[in-house]
Amino acid sequence: MTQSMGRVIIGVGIAGVVLVLPTLFRSDVALTILGLMCVMAVLGLSYNMLIGETGLLSFGHAVYFGLGGFVAIHAMNHFSLTESRMPLAAIPFIGGLGGLLAATVFGWFSTKHSGTAFAMISLGIGELVSAGSHVLPDLFGGESGITTNRAKLAPMFGLHFASQIETYYLIASWALLCAAVIYLLTLTPLGRACNAVRENAERAEFIGYNPRVVRFAIFCLSGFFAGVAGALSAINFELMSVSSLSGAQSGMILLMTYVGGTVNFLGPVLGAILVTYLQIMLSDITSAWLMYFGFLFMFVILYLPTGLAGAVAGQLALIRHGQIRRLVSIYLLSSGPLLASTLGSVMLVELIYRVFDTSAQQKDFTIIGVNVMPTGLLPWCIGLSLLAAGMGLMAKIRHRLVARGVPAVGGA
Amino acid sequence: MLEIISVSLLNGLLYGMLLFLTAGGLTLIFGMTGVLNFAHAAFYMLGAYLGFECSRRAGFWFGLVVAPIVVGSLGAVVEKFMLRKVHRFGHSAELLFTFGLAIVMTEAAQMIWGRTAVDYRIPGSLDFVAFRLFETNYPFYRLFMLGIAVGMFAFLLTLFFRTRLGLVVQAALTHPDAVARLGHDVPRIFTVVFGLGCGLAALAGVIAGPVLVTQPDMAASLGPLLFVVVVIGGLGSLPGAFMAALLIGIIQTGAVAIDVSLASLFDGNVLRLPDNLARLTVAQIAPILPYLLLVVMLVIRPRGLMGKR
Repeated sequence: MTQSMGRVIIGVGIAGVVLVLPTLFRSDVALTILGLMCVMAVLGLSYNMLIGETGLLSFGHAVYFGLGGFVAIHAMNHFSLTESRMPLAAIPFIGGLGGLLAATVFGWFSTKHSGTAFAMISLGIGELVSAGSHVLPDLFGGESGITTNRAKLAPMFGLHFASQIETYYLIASWALLCAAVIYLLTLTPLGRACNAVRENAERAEFIGYNPRVVRFAIFCLSGFFAGVAGALSAINFELMSVSSLSGAQSGMILLMTYVGGTVNFLGPVLGAILVTYLQIMLSDITSAWLMYFGFLFMFVILYLPTGLAGAVAGQLALIRHGQIRRLVSIYLLSSGPLLASTLGSVMLVELIYRVFDTSAQQKDFTIIGVNVMPTGLLPWCIGLSLLAAGMGLMAKIRHRLVARGVPAVGGA
Repeated sequence: MLEIISVSLLNGLLYGMLLFLTAGGLTLIFGMTGVLNFAHAAFYMLGAYLGFECSRRAGFWFGLVVAPIVVGSLGAVVEKFMLRKVHRFGHSAELLFTFGLAIVMTEAAQMIWGRTAVDYRIPGSLDFVAFRLFETNYPFYRLFMLGIAVGMFAFLLTLFFRTRLGLVVQAALTHPDAVARLGHDVPRIFTVVFGLGCGLAALAGVIAGPVLVTQPDMAASLGPLLFVVVVIGGLGSLPGAFMAALLIGIIQTGAVAIDVSLASLFDGNVLRLPDNLARLTVAQIAPILPYLLLVVMLVIRPRGLMGKR
């Protein structure tokens, strides 16, 4: 009882934060980014229904996001032309139906499989739809995409959604609603059956669950929520382009969900916020931002298999059991080398980038307040030695800990 | 008409062999380790770039030998020091790891060689017309590519089915535990096969680089196609991958040459197509065909051409 009370409090707290945020960030740009974070959070949660809850690794989730978005944008244009009384607030549901329909068609044959075969099929479907979208420019708008005007739809409660703040609240309410429904779904018998199929499909079958049916059902539901996210994105940007159902977009969904963590329910939300923030912040600072993404992803897979949320939850559990004090000294000890090796590798990546990029206007760059010229030998030496020293010390600390019988910190 | 058919068939055969050269390694690695290497196409791309770099400094032939060896060694290092660590978290983690690796490799190539295509040309000594087929001049370099691909295929077959090493590899495919108990170092066999597969992909990159443009996109455009080949052929089946590669090579090259609209293909009687579909030509939908074939295959015969699972 206390546990479920705690969860209700967490949920209400999140809702409160989501609704209060616009009073802190008032500019239209900030509101659009906050809206994008909500969209990505729903998308990540819908993806985690597959990868986290059911163990289905999909490389084509953008298909349902994109198709849902295109259905929504065509619906918006249709309703604004015919001056029907359909309110904008109902559009995400239409987008969800689009995603659901696509997921029903493609899920029908792809959920016969699981594991690697399913992953490959999802990739094939993703490429099929992505390649197809380029062939049909009158449906998908080609490279430039399809635009719409959300304010032209029938007003609801006197709201026209012309301003970004009204739109943000629309998106945020839908996002909160979706998150709540997806969370409640994990508590239903279907949600539990998904976990059973993930853990051991054969045993699940023996106790009477057809794994194929379970996979198909959750795949369709996941497609619905991805479609809702697509429609929310269409409302947020008033634009839908083929890049939103591309393989790169599917990869981004996978990346953010996994970095956030697939084990905890809020993991994908954390991933969505972090990745969206980094995507916008990092691409301003460095052109090699996608490379850092790749490194972050590889680091998470190697050392934090439960993602960032899993790592945070692990620390919270340690605090609850009063064990954190045993680890504080280890954390302090290893934070130095970790920082050094991160700094070293960032420095090297930027140096390499500056050396080879002939088009760059300015060759020098600033790192933690120090101006670096890539022409000299010194920055290379510093970068290399930072990386080497950091990694060497890490290995040494780890070795000591293992020798003392402390389980390896990195893997846990 | 006969000209188009024969030239397309020849080009399709060539493209199919190139596909097999890359997908063969992928399917071998999958069969042995259960890892579908997402970064495989990135190794192919790296091969093309290294071939370009070598040909700029020391000539094409130098690159033809050195690039596959370098990339193959890199693949072996990745397997031994990284993938093996991820292995304890399961197959999905391995797949995801190679996914991250592919991103990093593509970005690194972009960082070093730029975002646009590099000027990787056919070497002068190979740049002449081999023969005339009806009205078309067929370049010798294409025959050279075909020769290399067929040669590597023969080499692989011999290595795989006629040598002791091949025998051990075959056994390790199906019964790794038993092979280990006989005293063979199975993890090392895995490393060797992984390196070999990456090296073959790089070789395909070196010879295909001058013909299919060398650019950072080439990994992303080939990668999904490789998986289609592997899945259609049947996961882990080398002969299946061979047939699927040829099939897709011929279908895709053939379709590009057909400038007939879909409407006239169905003649309006069999099937009334919506307008925006009917206006398309077969050549326009060529990029979709492999994936369409994949979906049809999965519906009709889910285990692929030669797959056992």
